[in-house]
Amino acid sequence: MINTFVGNLGHFAVILAFVSSLITAYAYYQYIKASELDKANWRLFSRISFYVHSVASVTVALALFEIIYSHRFEYFYAYSHSSKALPVHYMISSFWEGQEGAFILWIFWNVVLGLVLIHTNKFWEGPVMLVFALVQAFLVSMILGVVIGDLKIGSSPFILLRDALNAPIFQINPQFVPEDGTGLNPLLQNIWMVIHPPTLFLGYATTLVPFAFLMGGLATKKYAEWVRPALPWAQFSAMVLGMGIIMGAYWAYVTLNFGGYWNWDPVENAVYVPWLIMVAGIHTMITFRKSSTALKSSMVLVVASFILVLYATFLVRSGVLGDSSVHSFTDLGLSGQLLIYMLFFLFVAVFLLARNWKNIPTSDKEASVYSREFWIFIGATTLALMAFQVILPTSIPVWNAIVEIFGGISNMAPPADQVGFYTKFQLWFAVALALLTAVGQFFWWNKMDGKTLREALVMPYVISVILSAIIIVWGKVYDISYIVVVLAGTFTIVANSTILFKLVKKSTFKLAGGSLAHIGLGMVLIGVMFSSGYSEVISYNLSGLTYSNSWEDELNKEHVLLWINKPTQIKDYTAIYRGRQKKVKGVPGLVSVNLLKSTDTTNEAIALDDIIVKGKTHYEKGDIVTLILEENDYFQIDYYKGDQYQFTLNPMSQFNSSMGLISSPDSRRFLNRDLYTFVSAINDYEDPEWREDEYYDVTPGETFFISDFVTEFEGGEVLTQIDGIDLMGGDVAVKAKLSIMDFDVEKRLEPIFIIRGSQVGRIPAIDHELGVKVELENIIPEKNQFSFKVNRYQKDYVVLKAIVKPQINILWAGTIIMLIGFCVAIYRRYDEFSKMRDKGLE
Amino acid sequence: MKKGHIIGLGIIAIAILIIVSMIGDASTYESFETAKAMKMKGEAKPIHVVGELKKSLSGIVEGIEVNPDKTSFYFMMVDNDGTEQKVFYNEPVPADFARAEQVVVIGSYKNEELFVADKILMKCPSKYQENEVSTAGM
Repeated sequence: MINTFVGNLGHFAVILAFVSSLITAYAYYQYIKASELDKANWRLFSRISFYVHSVASVTVALALFEIIYSHRFEYFYAYSHSSKALPVHYMISSFWEGQEGAFILWIFWNVVLGLVLIHTNKFWEGPVMLVFALVQAFLVSMILGVVIGDLKIGSSPFILLRDALNAPIFQINPQFVPEDGTGLNPLLQNIWMVIHPPTLFLGYATTLVPFAFLMGGLATKKYAEWVRPALPWAQFSAMVLGMGIIMGAYWAYVTLNFGGYWNWDPVENAVYVPWLIMVAGIHTMITFRKSSTALKSSMVLVVASFILVLYATFLVRSGVLGDSSVHSFTDLGLSGQLLIYMLFFLFVAVFLLARNWKNIPTSDKEASVYSREFWIFIGATTLALMAFQVILPTSIPVWNAIVEIFGGISNMAPPADQVGFYTKFQLWFAVALALLTAVGQFFWWNKMDGKTLREALVMPYVISVILSAIIIVWGKVYDISYIVVVLAGTFTIVANSTILFKLVKKSTFKLAGGSLAHIGLGMVLIGVMFSSGYSEVISYNLSGLTYSNSWEDELNKEHVLLWINKPTQIKDYTAIYRGRQKKVKGVPGLVSVNLLKSTDTTNEAIALDDIIVKGKTHYEKGDIVTLILEENDYFQIDYYKGDQYQFTLNPMSQFNSSMGLISSPDSRRFLNRDLYTFVSAINDYEDPEWREDEYYDVTPGETFFISDFVTEFEGGEVLTQIDGIDLMGGDVAVKAKLSIMDFDVEKRLEPIFIIRGSQVGRIPAIDHELGVKVELENIIPEKNQFSFKVNRYQKDYVVLKAIVKPQINILWAGTIIMLIGFCVAIYRRYDEFSKMRDKGLE
Repeated sequence: MKKGHIIGLGIIAIAILIIVSMIGDASTYESFETAKAMKMKGEAKPIHVVGELKKSLSGIVEGIEVNPDKTSFYFMMVDNDGTEQKVFYNEPVPADFARAEQVVVIGSYKNEELFVADKILMKCPSKYQENEVSTAGM
C-alpha cells in the first residue's frame, strides 16, 4: 500500500520552510529599520518566524528519514538510495547520498547555527539573521520541487517512484511498491561516510557566519566591529572544514583504492580552496584585531571564502565537471538555480563592498619588514596564491563551457598527471608557509628588529638543522627538494614549540592556539613528504613471465598475481592468498566461504560445517547464519618473512549490481609506516566455464596428477546414507575418496556414484578454490579401477597491489594537533567576544 | 619604488607563472586521428580521447585481451569519430570495464598501431537513469 502521508507532510514542510524563511528575512529587515519602540515587537515576530522555519526544516529531515527508515520504497528517494539490508547507521548515509538529502543537511546546520546566533548575540541578531534567512530561502528552493509552466524549481526528495520513473509496471498497477530498494553506493558504506558529510556541510554552513557578520557590518556601517564576533566563527569554520577535509582524506585512504589519501580530484579541490581562503582570512582578521590594519583584505577574504563554497557546490553538483571527476554527481537540473544563488550573494557582497569601500578605515603607514603585519600579510598572500593555483585548473571544464557559450570551441582538458601538476606548486608554497609561520610567530609575540630577530632565531635554527640532519640520515632523504621540505618542517615545529613553551611558562595555554596549529602544519608537511614522496609500490610482478612484445617488459607491473595457496614474493615478504571470507554476525573475525552456502534470502547463509573460532563453536552444521553485508568478500592474505608468520590482511571487495566491483584496502599499521594493500582484480565467482572433460582410470592407492596437483585416490566406500537423498532398498551408493595436495594444503574431494535399478546417478565434487570438478564416472570392478571425469577451470586468485607509506602517522598526528590548535584559538576569541558583549558593548 | 609595489609585482609574477603553467600542462581532448597526427609531429604530451568500447553487432564488448599475469590488458576502443584503435593499459582490468558506457583514455601513442593509456576514466550506467523496476514483489 502506498503511504502518501509522509511525503505530503514532508513536501508541505518544505513549502512552509521556504515561505517562513522569506517572512523571517522581511521581518528582520523591518526589525533593523524599526524605531526603538517597535523593535521589541519586530524582534519577537522575527524570532517566531525563524522558529517556525526551524521546526519546518527539522520536519523535512525527519520525514525523509522516516521514508528511508521504514523502507518506503514507493518513494523514489528510498528506492534509489536505500535497501532493506542496510543497518541503521548506513541508513543515515543513505539520507545524504542523494543531493536533496545533502541540501537538507545543509539547511539543518544553518538552522542550528541561526538558533545559536540568535541566543548569543544582541546587536548583531538583526543583520546576521537577515542574511541567514535569505540563504535559507535559496537553499530550501533547491528541494522545493515546484513546477510552474516549463520552469522547475528545485528537486523534491518526496516524489513517488511512479512519478519519477516511467516504468510500465505503474500503468498496470499504480499501487505497486517494489520489494527492495537499489541500495546505497557501497563506497559510502563506511563509518567515515556517516560522519564525514555532516562535518563537511557544517563547515560549508559555518562559512556563512563570518560572511553574515561582514554583510551586517557593511550595511550598518560598523566597518570594524564585525570582526570581533566573526573571528571565533571564522576559526570554527576553518576548524570544521579542515576536519571535514581530513575525514574525507582518511575515508579515501581506508576505503578507496586510489592508492592514497589525496588525489587532487576536483571534488577535493573544491573544499580545499575555500578552506585556504578562510585560513588566510583568519590571519588578516587577527592582525586587524591587534593593529587595525588589513581590514579590507579581511573583508575580501571572508566574502571569497563564502562565495567559493557556493562555487564548489556549483562545480560538484551541476554536472559541469562531467568526466573530469571520479565523484560525478548527476545534474538534477539545479545548475541554473545554483548559479543564481551564487551570483546573487556575489553581487550583494560586491555591491556593499564597493559602496562602502572609501569609508572603510585603512592604515596609511607602510608596514615595516620587521613588523608582524608584514609577515602575516605575506602569509595570507601565499595562502591566496595556493588557492588560486588550485581553483584555476580545477575550473577548466567551466572555462570550456564559457567559451562554448560564446560560440567558440575549447578542447582543454585537466592536466594528465594531476598529482604531479598540483604538487609541484603546492609543495613549495607549503614550504614558504612553514618558514613564514616560524618567523611570523616570533614577530607576533615580540617587538623585533634585525638584531633581536637574528638572536631569537639562531637557537631554533641550530636545533632544527641538527634535527633535520638526523631525520635526513635516518629516513634516507637524499632528494634535494625533500631535504628542503624536512628543513622547513622541522624549523616551523622547533620555532613554534619555542614560542609555545615560552607562552605556557609566562602566561596561559589560552594563547597557544596559533603555535599549536603551526606545529601541526610542520608535522603535516613532513608526514606528506614521507608518505607520498617515499611511498613505494612493492608488489612488482616477479613471476618471471615474459611476453612476445619486449617493450612491455620494461614497464613496471605494479600488481602481483597471487594464486591460492601459492607463496609469492612481495619484496621482503612472502604472501600467500588463502581464500575468500565473509563476515558473519556473532562470530569474531571472518569465516571462510567454504563453510557457508548462501540462501535465497539476502544476507543469509547455511553453515556447511561447524563454525569454530578459538575453540568456541559459534554455529553448528546446518544452522542458518546472518551475514553482515553478503556482497562483501574479504580475501585472506598471510604474510611471512622467511618461514616466520607475520600478519594477515583482509582487503575487501564488493560486487554491486549498480557499481560493479568495489575494492577497499586493508593496511598493516606500523608505528613508522603503513603497508597498504588492495585487490585490483579477482576471480569470477559466478558459474565457471569448465574446460573439456578429462578422464582418469585409477586403482585405489594410486597417485596421479590433476593439472599439477598431486592427487591420491585413497579408495571407495559404500554409503548407507547421503545428505539430502533418501536411499531405498536395492540402491547402491559409492563414495570415492580423493586427496588433492595444493602446496601445503590438502583438499578432500568425494564424488558419489549411485545405482538405482538400471539408473545411474552421479554427484560431482567441486572445489572452487582449485577450480576442479570431479565426477565418479564409472566403477570397473573387473580391473579394480574407478573412472573419474575431471573438469578444470582455473585456480582461485587475486591480483594485489601493495604500497608502503612511510611515516603516515606523523601526518595524522599533525592534523590532530592542528585541530587542537584551532580549538584553543576559538576558545580564546570567543571568550573575548562574550566579555565585550556582556559589557553591553556589542 | 615602494615595498608595496615590489610585493604587488611579485604576486603578479607568480600569478602569471601559475596561469602559464596551467595552460602549458593542461591536456586536450583529441580524437585518435588527431592524437596520431600529434605523435607523428613528435609531440608526446598525454591527451584525452573520449569514446566507447568496441562492440559486436549483438552488443557484446569484444577485443579485450588480458595478459597471462592478469596485471595488464589490451582492448579495442572506438572514438567519437568512429575510429577504431587498440589500446594498452598497464593495470588490471578495472571492475565492470565491459559495462562502461563511455570511456576516456588519457595517454599517447606508443607507435602507429598502439595507444598506451596512463589512466582510464569510465562512465558506468548510472542507477539514476534506470527505468526497470524489479517486479519481484508483485
